[in-house]
Amino acid sequence: MRASQSGGRAVPERPLSPHLTIYRMSRYSLLSSISNRAAGLLLALGQLLLVYFLLAAASGGRTYERAAAVLASAPLKVCYALLLAAFAYHLIAGVRHLIWDAGYGLERRESRVSAAWVASVALLLAAGLIGWAFLAGAAAR
Amino acid sequence: MSRRSPLGRVRGYGSAKEGVGHWWVQRLTSVALIILGCWFVVSLLALPGLEHSTVVAWMRNGWTTVALILLVAVGAWHSELGVRVVVEDYVHEVGVKTLTLALVSFAHVALAAAGIFAVLRVSFGSAP
Repeated sequence: MRASQSGGRAVPERPLSPHLTIYRMSRYSLLSSISNRAAGLLLALGQLLLVYFLLAAASGGRTYERAAAVLASAPLKVCYALLLAAFAYHLIAGVRHLIWDAGYGLERRESRVSAAWVASVALLLAAGLIGWAFLAGAAAR
Repeated sequence: MSRRSPLGRVRGYGSAKEGVGHWWVQRLTSVALIILGCWFVVSLLALPGLEHSTVVAWMRNGWTTVALILLVAVGAWHSELGVRVVVEDYVHEVGVKTLTLALVSFAHVALAAAGIFAVLRVSFGSAP
């Protein structure tokens, strides 16, 4: 067995499952997997904004007005658009994962087709949500 | 000195029966978040405005209070599991990895506690 030196002790080189730095990213199905992860990380950061918003609401009217001014600033509006897109994508791609877990759609061709479906539906949903938020929703008023 | 093979030793110990725990909770929380996430986005966007009085009235509604607490708690749980896997995949140095994972856990629990506290404070009317 081949071995690599690590910390002065010989450690057998075990097989690694594929990940970002060794994947060939030419296929959309791989891109869809890493996008789901990226969207999830974005949503994880979005929780900071959610909790900030909730804490502001719990801190009284005057504090809330000050926080609301920060939350309504242009850079954060870009963040909301990104978060809504991440939510749409993570939601649809997550449903695809649940379908996979149930044992369906695991063939290579099926997974390519479902990746295209996920991208299309998520794009429509993201466009709808962003449109609602910025053209008709509470934030627009 | 034991003459058992490594495989025999592992078999002797048996599994801790927790092998799929992480996987299963990740799925359970994801199903819950389909509902909670859609509810939150729609509910927030459907508010007539985002003034303090409107937001507080919304949060004080019993259903909203419960759903927001669940969203914050289950969201943080799902997020902790997800971020944990990313750290495990890309941070290889043992010390850095352990420290990062500990920070990820602490941050998520703290965030969830703060969020739930805020929701309860508004809901019980003890906000200033």
